[in-house]
Amino acid sequence: MKVIKAEKITKVVSDLCVKANCVLRKDVLRKIRAAYLSEKNKKAKAALLAIINNAQIAQKEKLAICQDTGLPFVFIEMGQGVKIIGNLKQAVIRGIAQGYKKGNFRESIVSHPLKRGKSHYSGAVINTDIVTGNSLKITVLPKGFGCENKSQIKMFNPTASSGEIKKFIIEVVKSAGADACPPYVVGVGIGGTADYASLLAKKALINKLTTYNLRLTTDLLKGINNLNIGPMGLGGKATCLAVNIEHYPTHIAGLPVAVNISCHALRSASAKL
Amino acid sequence: MKTIKTPLNEKDILNLKMGEVVILSGEIYIARDQAHKRMFEVIKKGKKLPFDIRNQIIYYCGPTKTPKGKIIGSCGPTTSLRMDEFTPALLKKGLRLMIGKGDRSKEVKKAIRKFRAAYLLAPAGCGALISKYVRKAKPVAYSDLGPEQILKLEVKDFPLIVGIDSKGRNIYG
Repeated sequence: MKVIKAEKITKVVSDLCVKANCVLRKDVLRKIRAAYLSEKNKKAKAALLAIINNAQIAQKEKLAICQDTGLPFVFIEMGQGVKIIGNLKQAVIRGIAQGYKKGNFRESIVSHPLKRGKSHYSGAVINTDIVTGNSLKITVLPKGFGCENKSQIKMFNPTASSGEIKKFIIEVVKSAGADACPPYVVGVGIGGTADYASLLAKKALINKLTTYNLRLTTDLLKGINNLNIGPMGLGGKATCLAVNIEHYPTHIAGLPVAVNISCHALRSASAKL
Repeated sequence: MKTIKTPLNEKDILNLKMGEVVILSGEIYIARDQAHKRMFEVIKKGKKLPFDIRNQIIYYCGPTKTPKGKIIGSCGPTTSLRMDEFTPALLKKGLRLMIGKGDRSKEVKKAIRKFRAAYLLAPAGCGALISKYVRKAKPVAYSDLGPEQILKLEVKDFPLIVGIDSKGRNIYG
């Protein structure tokens, strides 16, 4: 049994918000650098260099990598042996507000989607998973809405071919065009239910960007990079830095596929208590 | 590489060619979704806009808060497409240059040609870098909109790419 005070969680979340928004993930930066080195298109190369310079300035001067500091998505993996003293949800929301204030980030959250009203810091989408063990893992993913707006889900027939699935995912990226700040990281969720596939697509984005040798991943990466959208939509090879896929058991009658695109400023930070 | 300084002159706008790099210095206005909606309503009601839009530049952006000791926070472009339903009305009122990211609607492309305006692309997702080109930032209107209020910026050597020129040629085809 491990006892964690809510105040501690607030402090950790606050620090994660600042880190995620100001320090670009190393695996993302590595992919951008590799894209820069291999890019032949002059304009695309210049755009990639601007992205690298931007990350350096942001880290050095503690500025947000992007002004859209997003709607923070918080993943919590809570061990069964953890006992929280206090209100967990409130502690997370407080941590978000504190971190965003400290970082001088943007007040991008409205309390009601239809009434809108004055925007503020106090909001997050929190997903909690109960796992075995005695630790609490928190991941903050500040997701900008330029790319979040391009998310899509499709309920395929269970007999759909992998070709049809690939075509759909590539089409989603094609329809995002240059709007969502390419080069992208494409999160894909396959299986579960409509809502769960969407969650998996989002969750795929917090996974490390490695080069998987899965046929589906390499086919998608190739297909997307053949779209010739390129950095800032200026053409070139780098439309997509990585495709991350998560899958889950599903029903014999269905095959949900969700796509969640991230801009090149894929930001997330984790801590384990 | 071309340079443009404000106040804008007709020749500079008409000489912009799709795909070329242009370095902008001078005054620009920041406005995004809610400010556009309000300006559109103002025009519909036949009232006066909060600033004289004739011959001006609008940058689609909602900056972060300004950290202590800085002129402005992170301030990159937002997706231009969301302003498109309001844009032709602003072009009709004399707006000449727009700065943002991504493609525009058919209606906006048509209006750009009609009013001999142009659309420029800023380095997308590079808000920290862009803050370095800002020399001054001043609130102009709609302060209740917080990060969506209208600001006037003075920029120096802001590097942009011509997305759509006055002849309607579009970088995205």
